[in-house]
Amino acid sequence: MTPKSQPGLGRRLLRNPLAVGSVTVLLAIVLAALLAPVLTSWDPSQASAREILLPPGGEHLLGTDSAGRDILARLLHGTRFTLLGAVLVIGVAFVIAVPAGMIAGYFGGRIDAALSWISDLLMSIPNLVIVLAFITVLGPRTTIVMLIFGVLFAPGTYRLTRSATRAVRRELYIDAAQVSGLSDLRIIRRHVLRRVRSPLMIQASIAAGVAIVLQSSLDFLGVGDPRDPRWGQMINDAFLNIYRAPLMILWPGLAIGITVAALALLGSALRDEIEATSSRRGRSARVRPQAKPTDPAEGLLTIRGLRIAYGEVEVVHGVDLSVQPGEVLGVVGESGSGKSQTLFAALGLLSPGGRITEGAAWVDGQPVAWPGSPDSAVTALRGRTIGYVPQEPMANLDPSFTVGHQLVEPLRHHLKLSRSQARLRALELLKRVGIPDPERTFSAYPHQISGGMAQRVLIAGAISCSPRLLVADEPTTALDVTVQAEVLELLRGIQKDEGMGMIVITHNLGVVADICDRVAVMQNGQVVENGSVRDVFARPQHSYTKMLLASTLEGAASRVQLDSEAAR
Amino acid sequence: MFVFLARRLMSGFVLVAVVGSLTFVTMSLSGTDPVRNLLGENATQEQVDARAAQLGLDRPLPERYLDWAVSAVQGDLGTSWVNNASVSQVIGQRLPVSLSLVIASTLVTALVSVALGIAAAVRKGFLDRLVQVLAVAGYALPNFWVALVLVSFFAISLRLLPATGYTPLTTDPGKWALGLVLPVAALAIGTIASTTQQVRAATVDVLEHDFVRTLRSRGLPSRSIVGVHVLRNAAGPALTVLSLQFVALLAGTVVIERVFALPGVGSMVVSSATAGDLPMVLGIVTVMVVVVVVVNLLVDVATGWLNPKVRAR
Amino acid sequence: MSAPLLQIKNLMVDAPGRRWRQPHHRILHGVDLSVGQGQTVGLVGESGSGKTTIGRVVLGLFPHTSGEVRFDGQPMPARRERGAQVQAVFQDPYSSLNPAMTIGDILTEPLLAARWSRTDAQARISELLDRVAMPAGTLRRYPREFSGGQRQRIAIARALAREPRLIVCDEPVSALDLSTQARVLDLLIEVQRDTGVALLFISHDLAVVRRISHRIAVIQSGRIVEEGEVEQVADDPTHDYTRRLMTASPLPDPDRQAERRAAWLELTRTTKE
Repeated sequence: MTPKSQPGLGRRLLRNPLAVGSVTVLLAIVLAALLAPVLTSWDPSQASAREILLPPGGEHLLGTDSAGRDILARLLHGTRFTLLGAVLVIGVAFVIAVPAGMIAGYFGGRIDAALSWISDLLMSIPNLVIVLAFITVLGPRTTIVMLIFGVLFAPGTYRLTRSATRAVRRELYIDAAQVSGLSDLRIIRRHVLRRVRSPLMIQASIAAGVAIVLQSSLDFLGVGDPRDPRWGQMINDAFLNIYRAPLMILWPGLAIGITVAALALLGSALRDEIEATSSRRGRSARVRPQAKPTDPAEGLLTIRGLRIAYGEVEVVHGVDLSVQPGEVLGVVGESGSGKSQTLFAALGLLSPGGRITEGAAWVDGQPVAWPGSPDSAVTALRGRTIGYVPQEPMANLDPSFTVGHQLVEPLRHHLKLSRSQARLRALELLKRVGIPDPERTFSAYPHQISGGMAQRVLIAGAISCSPRLLVADEPTTALDVTVQAEVLELLRGIQKDEGMGMIVITHNLGVVADICDRVAVMQNGQVVENGSVRDVFARPQHSYTKMLLASTLEGAASRVQLDSEAAR
Repeated sequence: MFVFLARRLMSGFVLVAVVGSLTFVTMSLSGTDPVRNLLGENATQEQVDARAAQLGLDRPLPERYLDWAVSAVQGDLGTSWVNNASVSQVIGQRLPVSLSLVIASTLVTALVSVALGIAAAVRKGFLDRLVQVLAVAGYALPNFWVALVLVSFFAISLRLLPATGYTPLTTDPGKWALGLVLPVAALAIGTIASTTQQVRAATVDVLEHDFVRTLRSRGLPSRSIVGVHVLRNAAGPALTVLSLQFVALLAGTVVIERVFALPGVGSMVVSSATAGDLPMVLGIVTVMVVVVVVVNLLVDVATGWLNPKVRAR
Repeated sequence: MSAPLLQIKNLMVDAPGRRWRQPHHRILHGVDLSVGQGQTVGLVGESGSGKTTIGRVVLGLFPHTSGEVRFDGQPMPARRERGAQVQAVFQDPYSSLNPAMTIGDILTEPLLAARWSRTDAQARISELLDRVAMPAGTLRRYPREFSGGQRQRIAIARALAREPRLIVCDEPVSALDLSTQARVLDLLIEVQRDTGVALLFISHDLAVVRRISHRIAVIQSGRIVEEGEVEQVADDPTHDYTRRLMTASPLPDPDRQAERRAAWLELTRTTKE
C-alpha cells in the first residue's frame, strides 16, 4: 500500500516560483559546502601576517581577515559547519519531540500533563544563557552544544506535534479505526503520522534557520570551537575591525541572511501549498462596478436578477425575490442552493471573495446592493431597518464581552441612548424574548448561557432598533427540536407584534409550514418555484419541489409498515 | 481566579526550584573539570585539586547542594570563583541594565507588532505584503549583525547616537534613553517580525468568526468592530506570543550587550562562561529564570483577566 | 426467544472533572437497553441527553463507571475481537473518512488489521462497494471527491467489511440533505434485510428513528423515559417528554402543523404548571 498523503504536493511545489527559487538557492548552498575545496584553492585557516585585512579584489576575491586568511575560503568552508550544525539540532529536536508530542496528543491525560509541563519548563529558559552555562562546565565542544540546542528546540516541535495530533484525535476516522480493531500504534502510524508530517516539514525549515542564527551567535561571542572557520566568528572578526575594514561585516551576514531566508521562504511556500487545498476560493472575481440602479422597486425588499460569484465560480444565477411589509417569506433549499448567499449579498455581508456580478437589491425602494456597490449603501440600514438572526447562536456572540455589552452597543450607536437608557432598553428586550432572569443574563458571558438562550439574545439584538425587516438564516437548525419550537413561537409573536416583514432561510419544510406565508424554493442558485405556502405544498409544480416534499419523513411509512409492505 | 493564580504561583516556584537545582547538579556532576577550565590547560593535577578543595568541591554533592539552595533562597548566590565578588551583588548592579533593555524592547515589540499585525490583517494588499517581507528579513538577519550595521551607520558614519556604553537612568535620563535606542532597535527587529506575523494570523482568525458578521449586521462601524471586538479577542494570543518573545529577548541580551558594551547580566554571563566562573553563571541562570517566571505570572494574570471563562472560576 | 444480541444493564457513566479534583459529572444514570438479533433499536434524545455516550460505551470508545454491557450473552470483548462483531457509522461523513487515504485504503484497513490477505481483502471490498451501490472506480479516489451521501455509503461499506452482527449508527443522516437522508436510510434497511445485522440507531429526530426502527427508546438527561414498539412510541407516546418531542417537530403541511403547534402549546402549558 503506497501512502499518498499529499497527492501532488511535489508537483504543486514545482509550479510554485517561491518554492523553486528557495530550493535552488538551498541546493546551491549545499553544493558550495560540498565543493568548497574545489571552488577555492585557498586554505581557510592559512594565516599570513603580510596580507592582513586586504580589500576585496585581486588574488583574494573578497579580501582577507585580520589574520590574513582568505574570506571567501572561510565562507565556503564555514557553510559545512553551519549546515551540519543545523541538521544536528533539528535531528535531536525531532527525535525527542515528535514521539513525545504524538504520545501526549493521542493519549492525553496525565502523560500529556507531565510532558507538557517539561516542555513549558524548557521554554522558559533563555536558550543562549543555558548553553553558555554548559560551555562553562564542558568547554566549547560543538557537538555537545548542538545537542543541547536540539533539546532546547524540542518544545516548539513538541507543541506543534501535540496540537496537530490532538486535532487528528478528534476526527471521527480515528474512532472508526479503533472500532475497526486497529491497535493504537497502528493508528498512530497510519493516521496520525500522515497528518503531522506536513506541519513538521514547515517547522523543520523554520527551525533550521533559527538554529543557524543561534549557532552563529555563539561563534560571534567567541565561545564556539575556535579551530574551524565559522560565519559567526567572521562577524566577530569584522566587529573587532569595524573601523578599519567596515566592508568585512557584509559577507558573513549575507551568507547567514541568504541561507536563513531561503529556508524561511521554503517554509512559507510549503505552507501555502499545503494549506491551499482547503482555501483556494479567496481570489475574488473582477467585477466592473456599475452605476447605482435607478429603476424603482416596490415592497420592503426586492431582489432582481441577482448573480453572485466566488472567484470564477458563479453560485447564484439570477434570483428574483420580494417581501412586502408584514409578510413572512420562506426561502427553502438544500445545502449549496445559494439561499444564504442571496440574502447575505442583499445585506452586504458576503464572505471575502464573494461579489455580486449582476442584478441588484432594494430595501424600501432604495438600492442597497449592486455590482461594485459601496458598503455605505447598506451600512446605514443594517441594524436600523434590517435585523439579522444567524444560524449558530453560540458562534455569533463575541465570547469576550457580556451579553449586555453586545446588546447595548448598537442601541447607543443607532438610537444615541445614554448608557443607563440603553441598559434599561436591553433589559426590556431580554424580557421580551422570554428570558426568565434578564438582569442575570445581561451580565452573563456567552459561555454561561445555553444555546437556546443565546438564540433568544441574538433575536433581541436583531430587533433592538425596531427594524422593519428581519432576516433569519436557519434560525433553529442548531437547536434541539423542543427549543426550536419555542424559538419559532417567539419569532411568530414578535413578527405579529411589530408587524415586521420577515425572511426565514431554512432547509426544513416543517419550519416553512409553521411560520411562513409565502415560500421560494431554491435549487443550485436558482428559484425554481415561488408562491403561497399553502399552494406550493398542496400542489407543487416543479419536480424538485415534488421530490423535496416526497422525501420528508414526517408522516411517512414507519418501519413496521415498510416491513409488512416488503413481506407482501 | 484566586485558585488559578495560586496554582500559577506554585508552578512558577517549582519551575525556579527545578531549573536551579538541575543546573546546579549538572554543573557539579562534571567533577573537577570546571576547575581545570578555570585554571587553564597548563595547570598541574595538584594545583587543580588544591583549588577544588579551596572552593569546597571536595565535599559531597548533596551537602554542597543544600548549602547553595539554602543561601539562594535567602538571596545569597555565593561568591565568584574569579574575583571573590558576591554574585548577588554583581547581579543586583547589572540586572537593571539588562531589564531596561529587555523591557523597552518588549514594549516596542508590542506596540509595533499589534499596530502592524492588525493593520495588515484588516487592510490586506500592499501593507500585508510589506509585513510578510519584513518578517522574512527580521527572521533571517541575526540580531548581532543588524546591531553592527546599525552601529557602523548611525554611530560611526553619521555620529548621531552613541555606539557603546550605558548611562544609568538616575544619572541622566536623556542619555539613558539615547544610549538604548540602537540596542533596542537591534534586539527588537527580530521579535517584531515574528510577533507581527502571529498577531496578523490571530486577527485573521478572529475576523473569520461568525460573530464578526453578526456585529456588522447590527450596523456597527468597522472602526469599532476592529478596535473593540477584534482587538480584545486577538489580545490573548498576542500576549502569549509576547511572553515567549520576552524569553527570546532575554537570551538576546547576551549578544547585544556585547556589541554595545552594556554592563548587564548578558555580557556578564559570556565573560563568566569563558572564564569558567561557575557560581556566577549559575546565579545568572537562576535569576533569569526567576525573571521569566515573574513575567509569565503577569502574563497569566492578564490573559486570565481577558478570558471570561478563566475569570469566572 | 433467545438472549438479546446486545444487552445493557444499569449503565452508569461519569465524565471526569475538567480539572484535578473537580467532582465527576454523571452522564448516564442507570440505563437498561437491549437490541435483538437483526433488529433495529432507535435511541432518540436531544443534545446532552447521553444518547451518544451510550453508543460510545458500546463501541469501547468511552469508559463506563458501573453496570454491564453484554454481547451475545458474554461480556463485551476487547478491541481486537470486538472489531469483528460490532461496527460503527458516525454522524459526520467528512470527518469519518481520512482525507489523505484512498477509498480503497480506507476499506481494506479493517480487513488487513484482521489479518486478511490482500487478495481476499480486495475481493471483499469490490463486493462491498457493489452492496452500497458505489461504482467500482471509487477505490482509487479520495473522500473529497464524493458528496456527503456517497461518503456515508462508503462509511457503511467499511462498517460491513467484517460482517459484524451489530452496527452502532450515531446520527448517520443528520448531516445530510433531506433527499439524501431518505436514500441512506433505505440503504441501511436493505442491508439489514440482506445480512441480518442488528442496528443501534442513535438520532435526535423522531421521524428518522420511526422510519428505520423496530423499537424505540427515548432518553432524557441520562435516563430512558420511554421504550417500546415503534408505532406505539412514535405515534402514540405515553410519556410527556416523548409527546413534547413529537409535537415540537414541525410538519410540512400548514394546516396539520397548525394543529400540531396547538397541541404542543397545550402540552407545554400543562407541563409548566
